[in-house]
Amino acid sequence: MDFFSNNLLTLTLFTPVLAAALLFFIPSEEKRLIRWFAFILSLIPLGFSLALWFGFNPGQTGFQFEEKAVWYAAINSSYHIGVDGISLTMVLLTTLLTPLAILTSFSIEENVKSYMILFFLLEMGMLGVFVVLDLLLFFVFWEFGLVPMYFLINQWGSEKGEREIFGGHKMLARTYASMKFMIYTMAGSLGLLLAIQMIGVVSGTFDMVELFARWPSMEGTLFGLSVSTVKAIAFWAFVIAFAIKVPVWPFHTWLPDAHTEAPTAGSMILAGVLLKLGAYGFLRLVLPLYPAEAKYYASALAFLAVMAIIFGAFASTGQDDFKRLVAYSSVNHMGFVVLGIAAAAFARGTENATIALNGAVLQMFNHGLSAAGMFFLVGVIYERTHTRNLNDFGGLFPIVPVYGGILIFTSLASLGLPGLSGFISEFLVVRGSWPIFTGYTALAMLGLLFTGVYILKGLRKVLHGPVNEHWIGHLAEINGREIFVIVPLMVLILWIGVWPAWILDVINRAVGMLF
Amino acid sequence: MQFPILSVIVFIPIVTAVIILFIPGERKNEVRVTALAGATLAMLLSAWAYFSYDIPASGYQFLEKYDWLPSLGISYQVGIDGMNAPLVLLTGIVMFTGVLISWGIDDRPREFFTFLFILATGVFGVFVALDLFMLFFFYEIAVFPMYLLIAICGWKETREYAAMKLTLYLFIGSVVSLVGALAMYFASGLGTFDMLALEGAGFSEDFQRLWFPFVFFGFAVLGGIFPFHNWSPDGHVAAPTAVSMFHAGVLMKLGAFAALRVGIMLMPEGAKFHLPWIILLSLVNVVYGAYIAMVQTDFKYVIGFSSVSHMGLVAMGFATLSRSGLLGAGVQMFSHGVMTALFFAVVGMVYDQAHTREIPRLGGFRKVMPVVAIAFIIGGLTSMGMPGFSGFIAEFPIFMGVWSSHPWIAIVAAISIVITASYIMRIVGRVFYGDLPEEFEHHVRDVTTLDKLALVLLSGILIVVGVYPSVMVPLVESGVDKILALLGGV
Repeated sequence: MDFFSNNLLTLTLFTPVLAAALLFFIPSEEKRLIRWFAFILSLIPLGFSLALWFGFNPGQTGFQFEEKAVWYAAINSSYHIGVDGISLTMVLLTTLLTPLAILTSFSIEENVKSYMILFFLLEMGMLGVFVVLDLLLFFVFWEFGLVPMYFLINQWGSEKGEREIFGGHKMLARTYASMKFMIYTMAGSLGLLLAIQMIGVVSGTFDMVELFARWPSMEGTLFGLSVSTVKAIAFWAFVIAFAIKVPVWPFHTWLPDAHTEAPTAGSMILAGVLLKLGAYGFLRLVLPLYPAEAKYYASALAFLAVMAIIFGAFASTGQDDFKRLVAYSSVNHMGFVVLGIAAAAFARGTENATIALNGAVLQMFNHGLSAAGMFFLVGVIYERTHTRNLNDFGGLFPIVPVYGGILIFTSLASLGLPGLSGFISEFLVVRGSWPIFTGYTALAMLGLLFTGVYILKGLRKVLHGPVNEHWIGHLAEINGREIFVIVPLMVLILWIGVWPAWILDVINRAVGMLF
Repeated sequence: MQFPILSVIVFIPIVTAVIILFIPGERKNEVRVTALAGATLAMLLSAWAYFSYDIPASGYQFLEKYDWLPSLGISYQVGIDGMNAPLVLLTGIVMFTGVLISWGIDDRPREFFTFLFILATGVFGVFVALDLFMLFFFYEIAVFPMYLLIAICGWKETREYAAMKLTLYLFIGSVVSLVGALAMYFASGLGTFDMLALEGAGFSEDFQRLWFPFVFFGFAVLGGIFPFHNWSPDGHVAAPTAVSMFHAGVLMKLGAFAALRVGIMLMPEGAKFHLPWIILLSLVNVVYGAYIAMVQTDFKYVIGFSSVSHMGLVAMGFATLSRSGLLGAGVQMFSHGVMTALFFAVVGMVYDQAHTREIPRLGGFRKVMPVVAIAFIIGGLTSMGMPGFSGFIAEFPIFMGVWSSHPWIAIVAAISIVITASYIMRIVGRVFYGDLPEEFEHHVRDVTTLDKLALVLLSGILIVVGVYPSVMVPLVESGVDKILALLGGV
């Protein structure tokens, strides 16, 4: 048992790879076997992360479950992993959403084996970002996650739709979306890569714990420029890379395309976890490495966040495509995460900052639950109707009452109804930011109003109004497997909404340690 | 006396070549089996030498020395250290996989394998030689069969032109560096070609500044340095598949390695004087090479120019004269060798089926040859510097080295990563995905098991080095220490 308790984090991180390797040896015709095998294997990391969660001691300072091994000694980069309350929450979210996404993917018929293998590699990439404590390895996992996602969108994305690119050249919408996703993210990570290299050269180590202690207080001149200038440039390199991933306005335009074209499970993971990588980057790297710069530029970041909240809500309201509506809602909701982070960066160490940051981290978790749920529900109806156009639906509630109920529940969680999880986190963010950025927060509230508008618009167009005769008798109710996917998400949404203390306690202490 | 492993490695190919010559030309299968046996043996022995190198002891190991022409101070002397051990292994791997994928060659396989193996002896010889004369001797052995292989077995459209261009470039380069080498021989006053002795000859600073460019550029022509690179894409394209693999995978490293061994290590003061501007040339290689690769429509030219771009990173790593830069360059030589051998193998397999390399005419090959598509994607990710593959392990320290000496160049060079990503993704999208054009639907078949074996071996190596860099990095590091000592602890 010692082996397990000493290497629990490594096991969580690499079981997905092992699962992918095992799947490789199953003949690709055995689709049923592959699906069930993948699902069962994906429960193992969930088990490990639950063990982490219960073995975690929230009162202890610093990182826990730390492991350190030689990786690339020549440039002082080592395999150093560990979790605190923030990363543990994210690990739990990732390992929870992956089995659900795999269960959702049971309806995939084409190349099931490659699909599942890519999914496990994706899970490994995401988990890696959350647990590593080495800047170089952070980048390794950060980039690595891109590849499976690219192929998931490119190969299993929606088969309809064309996009015209420059020169009147037409391409499949999913090809376009996957290219855009890849190019945006790679362009962002280029600056990140250069900044990481520069930090490595200047400080001679990639270990985050050491860098947190040394890098912020570094002074003097570098490359003929003052250190503060170099740091400001490096700060923006980090911020842009993470802002693209979150995404913050105006770097968000890849998101609606990628989310819309991705297969349902891909969208669930994309919205549920991948966006959190960006926010996590802010928390784990930007705030500790650049406290002074973060404070200096915090109001600019808050401005972008508010723009994301407002424009995200407006854009969402304007959509006729159900999936695109949900996609833009992510821009809107993630704006609150960034607003909380910006507020915390500005008023570092105050009680308001802690509240805002608590809200931001909890919002990451909550949005992971509700966005994954929403994309799942869009996928459920799309599979039956093969359309996502809101004008094609209407009055479906009597035809599919169970589905309708679930959709209303999840939508209201996304809207921020008190008693459901979204309310808690958005309230905390707003409560924390209000005294710090009063004007911006007030504007953000306006965005929140429109959140209500687009959520209700979606509900009305799908469930209410005159019944679209076309669907009578042709629309099957949500099935058992699908209910099995959504129920855990609903339970967590309700649980956090009613009694958030169990998770906030872990987050709160970690946030306290960050400052 | 210990087993003379290096000499055995060097002479296995040529002995095999001689045996093959005794087999009647029409008994093609015997020729192939003999070639495969020789290549397997050479690869296993080079792997043995690689893994039994004693890293803590460092320095030159498996040394052998026999007098050859004592009156002129020429001796046959071989040995490996951390810099060339990976390259010997690389040659073994490329030779083995090259034979595997050439199994289907039906037009005079006997002559083909004979020349290929003479070439291999030359390459092994240059990597292990510790005597300047021997190094040139093997260098010419490596260049000459290339001419025949391209001119006789190459792509009919351009083979005479490309073979001529390549040979002229390389001969001129080697003559220029030979002049530099002779200057060193006479100026040292030691009357020896022994490079270990010449390392301590203490050439004057003026001498080194004058002669360093001769030696460095003479060899760097073969390494594809700008503006002497344009023989290389033509040569790559015209050569038959296995020769392209050798050519880009190993021969270009020969140039880079000789420029390091003879240029930088024997004339460190000259290197310190000249390399700060040479780094600008390598920057052109890296960015401009990638840009040209992006605009090609011929699949093989894309890969040819991508080699120019990636070899520029090797020169850039050398030019930083820093620990991390040299380390990265050492790993990059190996990583690029394996990667580009994989690329050319894939290009050859696609061409064999489609009889065209025009990217717009291809498409959908993933459906008929899935293993080839996956191998190309792995190679492509390595080429993009994607973490988890060996390219990242090599390029990251090169960039760190550049940061510490020329930060602006690091930022400009990083553009090449984006350009590389765009041309790799274009090929993956256009050649392997999409719809299979009708003209190919019936006669395109999957590759043979031997081809798959070669691809799995090559792509497996890229992943192993990428995930677990310790299989290579400490070894190369021990070689870098020695170079830094010669440079006077820069």
